[in-house]
Amino acid sequence: MLESDRRWGRWFVWSLAGLVLASLFAAIVLGPITVPFRDAVISLVAPQDESLSAVHRVIVRQIRAPRALLGLLVGSALAVSGVAMQGLFRNPLASPYVLGVASGASTGAALAILFASGTALFLPIGAFAGAAAAVLIVYSLARGRDRRTSIFTLILAGVAVGALFSAVTSFLIFLSSGGERLSDVLFWIMGGLGRASWNSVSILAPIALLGITAVLFAARDLNALSLGEEGAYHVGVNPDALYRWLLGVTTVLTATAVAMAGTIGFIGLVIPHVMRLLVGPDHRRLIPASALAGGCFLVWADIGARTVLAPAELPVGVITAFLGAPFFLYLLKTRGARL
Amino acid sequence: MRIHVEQITFAYAPGRPALRAVDLDVAVGESIALIGPNGSGKSTLLRVVSGVLSSDSGSVRLDGIPIGTLSPRQIARRLAMVEQERPMGFDFTVREVVAMGRIPHAGRFARASRSDRRAVDRALEIADVRDLANRSIRAVSGGERQRVFLAMALAQEPEALLLDEPTTHLDLRHQVQFLGIVRERVREGMTVLVAIHDLTLAAQATDRIALLAEGRIVVVGSPNDVLTASNVRRTFDVDVLIEDHPQLGTRYVLPMLRPLPSPAPYAPRGNAIHSTNSPANEGSADSSTTSTD
Repeated sequence: MLESDRRWGRWFVWSLAGLVLASLFAAIVLGPITVPFRDAVISLVAPQDESLSAVHRVIVRQIRAPRALLGLLVGSALAVSGVAMQGLFRNPLASPYVLGVASGASTGAALAILFASGTALFLPIGAFAGAAAAVLIVYSLARGRDRRTSIFTLILAGVAVGALFSAVTSFLIFLSSGGERLSDVLFWIMGGLGRASWNSVSILAPIALLGITAVLFAARDLNALSLGEEGAYHVGVNPDALYRWLLGVTTVLTATAVAMAGTIGFIGLVIPHVMRLLVGPDHRRLIPASALAGGCFLVWADIGARTVLAPAELPVGVITAFLGAPFFLYLLKTRGARL
Repeated sequence: MRIHVEQITFAYAPGRPALRAVDLDVAVGESIALIGPNGSGKSTLLRVVSGVLSSDSGSVRLDGIPIGTLSPRQIARRLAMVEQERPMGFDFTVREVVAMGRIPHAGRFARASRSDRRAVDRALEIADVRDLANRSIRAVSGGERQRVFLAMALAQEPEALLLDEPTTHLDLRHQVQFLGIVRERVREGMTVLVAIHDLTLAAQATDRIALLAEGRIVVVGSPNDVLTASNVRRTFDVDVLIEDHPQLGTRYVLPMLRPLPSPAPYAPRGNAIHSTNSPANEGSADSSTTSTD
């Protein structure tokens, strides 16, 4: 990619930031019921205004605003985790779920839905605990006797532990013998923003902001790591410390996002690739670009999920794959060598 | 920068030492070539000197400072390394790669300062890769790529360069160009430690040569002292013809696929030293070599 492309990349990041605001507003206006533009603005800035319809106010303030924000946060968190994982593993197939976060979270969520369905709080807690357990198992397996972590073992252990947790989840689904709880589990596994509330936004927002900042903190070190572990060391970056930092941060970031919205696929894998093609591989620009683009993408995917078959709601993971996969294939075909 | 290596021992696996009691002293502005068969410990020694590996016993000092007390960042401001090859995960431009050499000097979120840009420009110039600056690192040839990594190392503005078989995969022109740039740096006061397989180029490019075998330094000295037929034969187990070039004033080493037939098809020049495995030649070859064990 040429120097001139890179300069264009800086403007691109700023225009993405503008796009985020527009997308959030679109997510508030669009849905099975279209809220008129004027009502949407009034609901946000002056909810006490008497000309405002009560229905529109509730839809905007209680339903769509938290849902849009949660979509933005989850999309950003997954995309940034994906950038970190691809940079860490120097492997284009790495995603936030490579260490078994998704399978662990699914098992935890299935347990919570099937055996403790009384309280809504148990679902995110169960999902987070499952995700954390999976990563801890993977990490302790991959940590050799010399206390150095082998990236290769990490990936293999992630695959194996992921398979194990998936088997447990399948077994739990089998035990549940159908019914409403089964569809709850399946819907959660496919991922969606239907459980969004101001509570979930207020939990995820600080974690997502801190986590993304923490990954950004390591941006330059991730650049150095593309020279290999020893190459990074020779420019003064300690690769082991970088691994510990980023594995910890991305686990918390991904697990929290998954706990709020289920295992939404595809964003963490593809958004980083697409952004790398658009703004280049420098992580100092790639991380903010991916955060904004991942957020935007999920917000629009959710608008699609809510409207395409309204009043029925599609799992948002179906939309992310339907929109993203062809675009990714197009990029692969036209600019594949640069991935 | 003075690099002082004292009684270094290192083993990758218990019971199989890769380095055994290695001593080496590299003076300020001196260049030393590390030669020896594959597995003799050249790369391991460079990795211990750079701090990638920490030795089991013995000490490495950079200008008198034990390397264990320095952080990777502090080491990277003093030492830069170019390896035989390096993975390049992403599609960075040549200039971006060279600019990574400034990482040990800059703050985490700092924009490139004027001195950063000057160091990068100068490194691109010296390593003759300025014309490639906006190309992708993946789109340049192997020889250009090694010069890019040399430029990155120079952008670190180190006091010493460690080179681990930097020219092994390069064609002749790129080998000569790369080592020419390195020798020019030595002339300007850079300390250089280079592992290299080409003995003839080693003799031309460096001040001293250290010959390693089985984790030990067998002999260290001037190229003329170290490059003898018997030294080469007992470490590499090959027959070579070694002569002094009358104009260059350095030795050249010619490996032979088969022993020189006896009598030789032509008479060697006066100062030629040759050796074969035939017992008849053994004595004459050994008598003319310098043993420095």
